[in-house]
Amino acid sequence: MITQATNYRRRKLVDYGMRGLTIGATVLALIPLVLILSYVVFRGAGALNIAFFTQAYEPPVVGLDGEVGNAGGVLHGIIGSLIIVGIALIMALPIGILAGVFLAEYPSNSVATVVRFCTDVLSAAPSIVIGVAAYVLIVQRTHQFSALAGSVALAVLMVPVITRTTEEILKLVPHTMREAAMALGAPKWWQTLTVVLPTAMSGIMTGVLLAFARATGETAPLLLTVLGNNNVSVKLLEPMAALPLLTYKYTDTPFPAQNTLAWGTALVLTLLVLTVNLSVRWATRSRTK
Amino acid sequence: MAQAERLSTWQTFQQRTKHGDVIFWLLTLFFALMVVALVAAVGYVAWVGSSEARGRFGLSFLFKTGWDPNAQNFGALPAIYGTLVSSGIALLIAGPLGILIGVFLSELCPQRFKSPLSFMVELLAAIPSVIYGMWGVFVFVPFFRSWVAAPIAKSVGKSFPLLAGPVAAGRGLMVAGIILAIMILPTIAAITRDVLAVVPNHQREAMLAVGATRWEMIRKAVLPYARAGIIGGLMLGLGRALGETMAALMVIGSVKDKISTSLFGGGITAASLVASELPNANDSMHESTLILIALVLFGITLCVNAFARLLVWQAARGPVGSARS
Amino acid sequence: MNTQTIESQQVTLQKLTPFYGATQAVQPVDVVIRPRSVTAIIGPSGCGKSTVLRCLNRMHEVVPNARVEGTVLLGEHNIYGSGIEPQAVRRRIGMVFQQPNPLRMLSIFENVAIGLRLEGYARNIIDERVEQSLRAAALWDEVKDKLNHSGLALSGGQQQRLCIARAIALQPEVLLLDEPCSALDPVSTYKIEELLIELKQNYTIVIVTHNMQQAARIADRTLVFMVERTQGRPIGVLVEEDDTNKIFTAPRDPRTEDYISGRVG
Repeated sequence: MITQATNYRRRKLVDYGMRGLTIGATVLALIPLVLILSYVVFRGAGALNIAFFTQAYEPPVVGLDGEVGNAGGVLHGIIGSLIIVGIALIMALPIGILAGVFLAEYPSNSVATVVRFCTDVLSAAPSIVIGVAAYVLIVQRTHQFSALAGSVALAVLMVPVITRTTEEILKLVPHTMREAAMALGAPKWWQTLTVVLPTAMSGIMTGVLLAFARATGETAPLLLTVLGNNNVSVKLLEPMAALPLLTYKYTDTPFPAQNTLAWGTALVLTLLVLTVNLSVRWATRSRTK
Repeated sequence: MAQAERLSTWQTFQQRTKHGDVIFWLLTLFFALMVVALVAAVGYVAWVGSSEARGRFGLSFLFKTGWDPNAQNFGALPAIYGTLVSSGIALLIAGPLGILIGVFLSELCPQRFKSPLSFMVELLAAIPSVIYGMWGVFVFVPFFRSWVAAPIAKSVGKSFPLLAGPVAAGRGLMVAGIILAIMILPTIAAITRDVLAVVPNHQREAMLAVGATRWEMIRKAVLPYARAGIIGGLMLGLGRALGETMAALMVIGSVKDKISTSLFGGGITAASLVASELPNANDSMHESTLILIALVLFGITLCVNAFARLLVWQAARGPVGSARS
Repeated sequence: MNTQTIESQQVTLQKLTPFYGATQAVQPVDVVIRPRSVTAIIGPSGCGKSTVLRCLNRMHEVVPNARVEGTVLLGEHNIYGSGIEPQAVRRRIGMVFQQPNPLRMLSIFENVAIGLRLEGYARNIIDERVEQSLRAAALWDEVKDKLNHSGLALSGGQQQRLCIARAIALQPEVLLLDEPCSALDPVSTYKIEELLIELKQNYTIVIVTHNMQQAARIADRTLVFMVERTQGRPIGVLVEEDDTNKIFTAPRDPRTEDYISGRVG
């Protein structure tokens, strides 16, 4: 006789209830995602016009009806972000990749353990702390907020991401690929440079892209280092504007036109993050297949 | 053949120097040590930069209230309180939710939804925090103020000071906690999913074979097995919440000099205090105190993260998921 | 111990056909498994013997996309009948797996008690049944002083007997064993075989094994599965079912003879 346990009805209810809860939790988590994305897209899309990309800050001229005459654009922020993150990338790439190569090629010695620990420390450190360090090291010394200080802070934030991805990707390169070069008697450095690194390059670029997207959205360290600037500036040793800084600044103003600019910058940043994440996902998928 | 050409190239290199491998090792070692140098520099700079404040207060200023830089009065207790309370609220909300999501993704989700859902949850982690802050200011705070905070303050809050009014502009500890919860949710969910995925199948089968339901299997076999890793994931989430700056700064209300008894009242967190005051600090004492706060924050997040990583590493015996802590 | 009639412990497979997605894993199986006896399922790897076994307590459908056609009768009730839940089947038809799998976070006592705990038995009944089951699994004397220790502290053979105790604590009608000795040393294997001969007085036992000597030693009846290829795709098929000594001395099917004598598989 196939009899059910006497308390099974209650257990089944608990089972259904808890399964429902897990589904509910997942849906609940997707609600803010959908809300944030749709708000950013709908409100931000209204801000994207020619002026948005071609003008810098315009002082709000308040009319009698309280409306601002000319909102201006965020060209200074776009140029600033490109310069700051670009220079950060140039600084972070060699350190990140070569440190990753070191961890992958010489994985088990005490130096590697220390280096690995330090990448963990760096990636665990709140970005504001990195910003404070750059502030003390550069801004305080030079008595000048500067784009360069911001680049240094962002570079420090990028390094652990790039190092870790590089190490993990290099370890995935099959040993047989090295053996082919080894059989010809090539030294280790030659194998690494001509066989291993090129094979792993697309994977490493994935990590670099993710680090790039994350750094572009970082705000707190920039607040302490590049400060912000109302004009288009390309001078590395002076304050500079950056997109996320504008998002922050224009959120906290009473002028609706500037609030709209904030949504616009948010849309640009979100699109960047979305594009990078989607393309990375697409790339890793086709690689694992 | 290209390979042969390449070979001749390295042979010329090899003829010039017999030490190719040593040079390569030194080169990569140099950059690897740069990473160590960066950590040392961050620590050293924060230590030296805060020496003035440390010399004058020690750590005692962390335990008194009243923040007034103009009067040389630095009491960081409100910042500490705000950090702990907002992160605590975030963990209380995101912890159970994140674990449930991880359970769903790893144990119950149909195969074809698994990867898109995981991706969407992880996307939450990729959105810059300043956008969370902005969305909070424009959308969530007004909503929360009129639909949640005000009614609660008027009813329950009358007898329960923790939920009392006035709700004023709506910015406060509770809102900050909720926004932080959304931000750390993907970390907790992704790590829970990853540590559940390494629970061996025979543990699940053992439960099913004695007539357990799916949930009983999860409850008695899967979750206990992965307990250490899940706690690690919670700690990583906590670490992220403690150090989060922009979102907290924008929605917490920036009340720096006193502790609000109500969760609907304004507050400040350590990270947002530093971010809002350091760029326009009055004097070196003010600067030094803020740097010291950052140093303390650094120390605390490091401890939390080290503990978390230890647990996750023990549980998963492998690299932790890519979610940033 | 068991109050059921002996007929209620008979398992009848009618056109039982397991699938993985669209792929049929085994040709339809028709066989009667006699109550309170040991039936061995042997055959080369990949012939679907474990799959068939897992169909008998609805563990097959745990694998994503796996499904079953045909019927399995326990006594005269179809375990795949409408309104019958897998949980109900599994508590009446216990299972022991290839790899000893004590629940890692539970003590020895709790490992045996887990099924009873789920069903909400009173404490004194649980105490009694745990001891009974551990005695029946010939493990009581070895563990009675460390019931609160982790099950992982036991040797592989002890762990497997613990799993048998866990399965019989619910007093099922049938006990399924999926290559229970493949991870064990000869002494532990011998102990388990002895135990199974003991247990068949109360339970219908079906054991999958890749070890023909084991089947010869303990089984009353033996089913032989082989792999066939239809359209290039391997598929399991039941080639012979008979008393064990007949299978090993006078097999009717030439394929069985080839397999027994070591020419295939």
